[in-house]
Amino acid sequence: MSARADTNKDGRWLGLYVLGYLVFLYLPVLLIPLFSFNNSIQAAFPLQGFTLDWYRTLYGNPALSGALANSLVIGVIAAFGATLCGITVSYMDLYGRSPLAATISAIARLPILIPGVIVGISLLILVNLIGLGPSRVSIVLGHILVALPTTVVVMRSRFAAIPKTIREAALDLGASDWTTFRRVMLPLSAPAVLSAFMLSFLISFDEFIVVFFLAGTEPTLPLYIWSQLRFPRSLPTVMALGTVILTVSFIIAGSAEILRHRGLGAARRNPA
Amino acid sequence: MSTIVAARPSPETRISPVFRFAMLLPGGLVTFFLILFALCLVLFLAFRGNDGSLLGVGLTAENFVTVATDPLYWTVTLRSLVIAGLVTLATVVTAYPVAYYLAFHAGRRRNLLLFLVTLPFWTSYLLRVFAWKIVLAYNGVLNSAFIETGLWSEPTLAFLNTPAAVVVTLAHAYAPFAILPIYVALDTIPKSLLEAASDLGARPFTSFRRVVLPNSMPGVLAAALVVFVPTVGDYVTPAMVGGPASTMIGTLIQSQFGKANDWPFGAALSVCVMLVILCVVLVARGADRRFGSRT
Repeated sequence: MSARADTNKDGRWLGLYVLGYLVFLYLPVLLIPLFSFNNSIQAAFPLQGFTLDWYRTLYGNPALSGALANSLVIGVIAAFGATLCGITVSYMDLYGRSPLAATISAIARLPILIPGVIVGISLLILVNLIGLGPSRVSIVLGHILVALPTTVVVMRSRFAAIPKTIREAALDLGASDWTTFRRVMLPLSAPAVLSAFMLSFLISFDEFIVVFFLAGTEPTLPLYIWSQLRFPRSLPTVMALGTVILTVSFIIAGSAEILRHRGLGAARRNPA
Repeated sequence: MSTIVAARPSPETRISPVFRFAMLLPGGLVTFFLILFALCLVLFLAFRGNDGSLLGVGLTAENFVTVATDPLYWTVTLRSLVIAGLVTLATVVTAYPVAYYLAFHAGRRRNLLLFLVTLPFWTSYLLRVFAWKIVLAYNGVLNSAFIETGLWSEPTLAFLNTPAAVVVTLAHAYAPFAILPIYVALDTIPKSLLEAASDLGARPFTSFRRVVLPNSMPGVLAAALVVFVPTVGDYVTPAMVGGPASTMIGTLIQSQFGKANDWPFGAALSVCVMLVILCVVLVARGADRRFGSRT
């Protein structure tokens, strides 16, 4: 009895700690939207009054819209590549029964153990060697690499959650490997595929450390922001842009999270 | 289970070669070409001399001799290790109670809280660092807030451009990385272990110290690794909030491939960083085995 009361008291103190932790986690980031509406060039208290002027400076800025277009195109293509690799790598890792498939899956998760700066320079050497040079194609390759561990982990846990019997039933009933993969396993993991796609898009869209080395004359949005940080006068514009990016990131990450959990129950409900 | 698989040829043995090839191709290309081959290029370049060409000339260990003999690189490497170590310690220690709450006390709010602590992970790293720049700046949020409330009369320069600013910013930027591994480790501790401990008369703190903490160590070590690796090579945060006194090894590597334009030397520095990380991984592996990993 007293032990139970103790646990509840501990839980309450811990709950307060978690609340404080969340405030620490979000407060600095939320300052960006706060000051993006502030009618002053300085990000400082007291607030000077509400304005939308900084958002107006975002319109009709060719450098900015060029960077945005680059980021969107690169993000979609890189997300497509990373998701394709994530699906095939994790599927073969789980069902391929070959040392090669297991090795590929292990290497695909290796970039977690390599600092971004080294991923960046190794790809810079590589793309120069094969004649691509710093370019949008190089950025796509780099972002496939950066997003790969995420898509492999997301897809692997999803495939592993599908009862083995479903796949075995399809194969026993005479479906080919390809049919089983395309008509059974892929539809059952569709929400995870979409989630992996969205998360890898987000990774590419926000990525800075690797893209810094691989960009040629066409910057992405984070590189555009970096170039603007040198000018104190453009800080409010950066904050307005940052607010837009944060909002979009929150929405995409939230939807991806919901998708990742959706349908998991359906696959588990009839485990034969 | 295994006897059944052995008695009947399982479906896996029938995979067609064409299907296998097609499915291994994309991942194989990316992993072997973009990861392994690119890393081999770095290793190769590290042993070349700089003549301004892409792959350098000759075969030399001179780059490594310079790294080993010039005290500048020792200072910077040591500083990177101390900063990354402090960040890792701060992140793991502050994340542990959060993961503990999620695993044992969160109840119905667990999914929402898990979502909230992982959400910042998916937002721009650059923006999270930028946020600290406006917090710590001379005419920034912290100084102005203190003056506004009368705690300070003059703005202070003491926040920005210090190694402490780098530690705080990195700890904040990588905070979400640490919670998930620890949470997974705590969540998979069999509840029967905890019940056994309390049935055998262990007080809550004893049961935490003797049962929960050792069993969660694999998660703690994994968390420490995923925070340590990206922070030890970081170059963005030192550039944004660190100032010249907080140059890190990532900054040096970046400048070798930029302004300094000595790619072979930058490659040698990268190889050294990877060796340091390898040592840390091996130590973590060893510690993991000592705690009897369940993974």
